[in-house]
Amino acid sequence: MIAAVGTTSYLLLAAALFAIGAFGLLVRRNPLIMFMCIELMLNAANLTFVALATQLDDINGQTAVFFVMVVAAAEVVVGLGILVSILRRRPGATADDLAELKG
Amino acid sequence: MSDTTFLEYVVFFSAAIMILGGAVGVIALKNPVHAALGLVLTLFGVAVQFVAMEAHFLAAVQVIVYAGAIVVLFLFVIMLLGVDESIDLSIEPIPIQRPLAAVMGIGLLGLLAAAIVRAEDAVLINPGNGIDTAGETGNGDANIQQLAANLYGDHVFAFQLTSVLLIVAVAGTVLLTRKWPRRAASSDTDDRSSDA
Repeated sequence: MIAAVGTTSYLLLAAALFAIGAFGLLVRRNPLIMFMCIELMLNAANLTFVALATQLDDINGQTAVFFVMVVAAAEVVVGLGILVSILRRRPGATADDLAELKG
Repeated sequence: MSDTTFLEYVVFFSAAIMILGGAVGVIALKNPVHAALGLVLTLFGVAVQFVAMEAHFLAAVQVIVYAGAIVVLFLFVIMLLGVDESIDLSIEPIPIQRPLAAVMGIGLLGLLAAAIVRAEDAVLINPGNGIDTAGETGNGDANIQQLAANLYGDHVFAFQLTSVLLIVAVAGTVLLTRKWPRRAASSDTDDRSSDA
């Protein structure tokens, strides 16, 4: 179905996006930016799902992306809730300061 | 090279530049607000790629849910916590971490690219039933109708579970972030639930 631009190009683009997200997750220390990097990696997975759904003529890939989006939204809501309650007590805390769960 | 082919390449590469540029912006910009805007750029690029792959419904949901809800939530939290000032990125808490992370990222990209290129001419074992697109069927709603039939047919149980997930997430977040009143030493343990 993909006429000119092949599935391989989409998969390589998604791989690059995933690698950038993983690198950022390891390097950055601000918990908010780390969440954004997780979103980048989830989007790379979504891109792969849709590219392969088109390649394999299978609508289930697009349904999987739908579920990934729902789970991503729930994950962001809970994660940011935890973050707000932590940062309210300890303003400016980085990922290194949050080594223990005690608020 | 026909005009349509050329246009497809133009769309693919401009969207790819949007995606990768936004992603680099997320990990390299100092101000969290700017990083969130980089994330918006990436999400719009992914939506363009979805349209290019005829997944029109997912492109719309991508813009509404990701760019419209998730990034706004990020911005709300950034503003709420007042962390919207620049971070000094030159501080490196663990000395060798960044080179190691770069090696990991390049290695991951290399492995994925090798696997993708090797699998390019893999034999198709179990093809699906086909995807209805607006161009083939002449029906503008073909994609959303097929997706709905699949979602409410094969995946209806998972779909109902996601509603439970969302309710639990919302209730949990409200519980996590509300400020509990300070309890007096003599008050009973039921105090928390009563004075909302």
